[in-house]
Amino acid sequence: MAIITMGIDVGSTASKCIVLKDGKEIIGKALTDVGAGTSGPERVVRSIVETTGMQLEEMDYILATGYGRNSFEQAQSQMSELSCHARGAYFLFPEVHTVIDIGGQDVKVLQIENGAMINFQMNDKCAAGTGRFLDVMARVLEVKVSDLAMLGSHSTKKIGISSTCTVFAESEVISQLAQGTDKCDIINGIHHSISHRVAGLAHRVGVRDQVVMTGGVAQNSGVVQALEEELGHKVYTSPITQYVGALGAALFAYQKCVKK
Amino acid sequence: MAETAKPKKTVSPGVLALRKVVEDVYADARVAKQEGKPVGWSSSKFPCELYEAFGLNVVYPENQAAGIAANRDGEVMCQAAEDLGFDNDICGYARISLAYAAGKRAAKKLDPETLEYVIDPNSGKPLKDENGNVVIDPETGKPKKDPKTLAPYTELVDINELWAMPDGEEKEKRLAAIKPYRQMQMPMPDFVLCCNNICNCMTKWYENIARMHNIPLVMVDIPYNNTVEVDDAYVAYIRGQFDDAIKQLEKISGRKFDEKKFEDACAHANRTAKAWLKVCDYLQYKPAPYSGFDLFNHMADVVTARGRREAAEAFELLATEMEEHIKSGTTTTPFPEQFRVMFEGIPCWPKLPALFKPLKANGVNVTAVVYAPAFGFVYNNLDEMVRAYCKAPNSVCIEQGVDWREGICRDNKVDGVLVHYNRSCKPWSGYMAEMQRRFTKDLGVPTAGFDGDQADPRNFNAAQYETRVQGLVEAMQENKRLKEEGKA
Repeated sequence: MAIITMGIDVGSTASKCIVLKDGKEIIGKALTDVGAGTSGPERVVRSIVETTGMQLEEMDYILATGYGRNSFEQAQSQMSELSCHARGAYFLFPEVHTVIDIGGQDVKVLQIENGAMINFQMNDKCAAGTGRFLDVMARVLEVKVSDLAMLGSHSTKKIGISSTCTVFAESEVISQLAQGTDKCDIINGIHHSISHRVAGLAHRVGVRDQVVMTGGVAQNSGVVQALEEELGHKVYTSPITQYVGALGAALFAYQKCVKK
Repeated sequence: MAETAKPKKTVSPGVLALRKVVEDVYADARVAKQEGKPVGWSSSKFPCELYEAFGLNVVYPENQAAGIAANRDGEVMCQAAEDLGFDNDICGYARISLAYAAGKRAAKKLDPETLEYVIDPNSGKPLKDENGNVVIDPETGKPKKDPKTLAPYTELVDINELWAMPDGEEKEKRLAAIKPYRQMQMPMPDFVLCCNNICNCMTKWYENIARMHNIPLVMVDIPYNNTVEVDDAYVAYIRGQFDDAIKQLEKISGRKFDEKKFEDACAHANRTAKAWLKVCDYLQYKPAPYSGFDLFNHMADVVTARGRREAAEAFELLATEMEEHIKSGTTTTPFPEQFRVMFEGIPCWPKLPALFKPLKANGVNVTAVVYAPAFGFVYNNLDEMVRAYCKAPNSVCIEQGVDWREGICRDNKVDGVLVHYNRSCKPWSGYMAEMQRRFTKDLGVPTAGFDGDQADPRNFNAAQYETRVQGLVEAMQENKRLKEEGKA
């Protein structure tokens, strides 16, 4: 009989869910764009129940991860999003040695050896270099976050934007706009600003191929490209990049189930 | 009503003796002040042997600030300093101390009309019934509070304003409302002793206190050590300053330098250091006979009383107790030790329970700290004493710093390193990123860093800290597994 496990990643800005069959096959996934402390976890569960046609009670093991992992009561256990992103990335890219996850309010760089996370670095108490940085900039520029990559690709001129502080960077962007600088060039500068900050963190852990980027920001090809330039390494992403933490949680859930 | 009381923690005679030593330092200073004798404030690594030779009473603002922070009054005092114009980027200890020096005190809030305490309904512990179950309030559905444990709100008062009030009931009640713990009752200074080996912020901090009170500042400047060996020119420079400090202390005390008292203080300081280092070294045993966090508590004695005989005796007693634990394979750590880590930096004193909780939950024992043994230095003559005072965590180069830490990590057999990026201490935290990289490269152990502060609770986030600790534990688990499987 098949073993069904669920991983739920209750992040700071989104809730993600993955259901796995026998630790191999993804049979359902769901996402809502609100996270810990909101109706996000409840909504994402409702959605996964609809997608899979299975109730939570029918799952063999549920493991929660992410910022809100400890408040998801239906989970049998919790693990940090660090290990879950590492495991999810290893499942998708077996040659991975470095994982870079840019989430809504934090950045992690993980060192992977034989599929296991053996060391990591996280950002300090600052939003610069996180998904929040992009949200703030998109608002100032009056564009959608999802359009940033496309707009940035039309850039013809390199503009430097501060990577030190979101608030300072915001005022820099406003001043560039006031000077009539092209939005596409500003966006490209923002992508480089983020990648510069993240690359600094990555070098503390050490960057080894393959480098995999996970988390919502990995959907922005402008940031991925800028990061490749900063690191001098190819950066791999997955079409299910936002679900990698939830995938890792479902994989750990399977492992725990088998051990039981 | 009978309550199911928790089993009372037993405190060993050694720990009790250490607590008494610190209590006595503060009590002696209060008595000296009442008797009109001069009381000094000293930085933690000022050569105490010098003032002990004059029998002067001295207290320690760093120890005081840690105590105020641990008593949850760090934020109100830091804010008070910021209101006086000190930047919030300055060390939290300095801000607390400067606010205190300016007369600011944390007090229990009084109703201005009735002069009764204003109780904070959010304080206190849940009320329990005779079976030890929490009593729920039927009206709110929330646990009822035990009225005996409810505490008043905290408010900031200015002792200079209180002293200026006309004598009477109100003045008495307002003075009595100042928090009673010893650090909030420390006497004001008549002179200050500053040695910048512990950090350079200290110089301006003490200059400000000296200016506020118009009192003498005895300054010992220790140059930063760019090399592992202490240069002979440094020794000559510092010995010259010792001579000058002695002249200043003769003026302050109105007495001549007492060679015999100086030698006694040196002997006590060496004896204290030896016993202290012995206690620190016992963390090398597996399981460790105690938690490294205890060392931070005992540091109060090394800082405030290392030149006193009583401190040496108390540490020797503690060392004996630890030897008993080692012989019987027991420990005072309140959980089984699954992982051993080095805790890098000063603890977040205002958030000790939040700091300890995830460590305890994951069986992580702190078996190495660099800050504590740094206060144990042994010497045989004046030149060696000078060289010893040149070696403080923030006055040595990175090579020396890495060497100290990696040595202690190896000796104390750690599985990982937890680094406190202390917003109060820029020189310390500044080179930690490189140190973390070196620890992993040289020792093959994972490391995790978290943001916090030694005294200002606004710089610490419990949820971020928990994730980092959990990540470190998971990385240590994987490291162990890979080593066992021969893959690492």
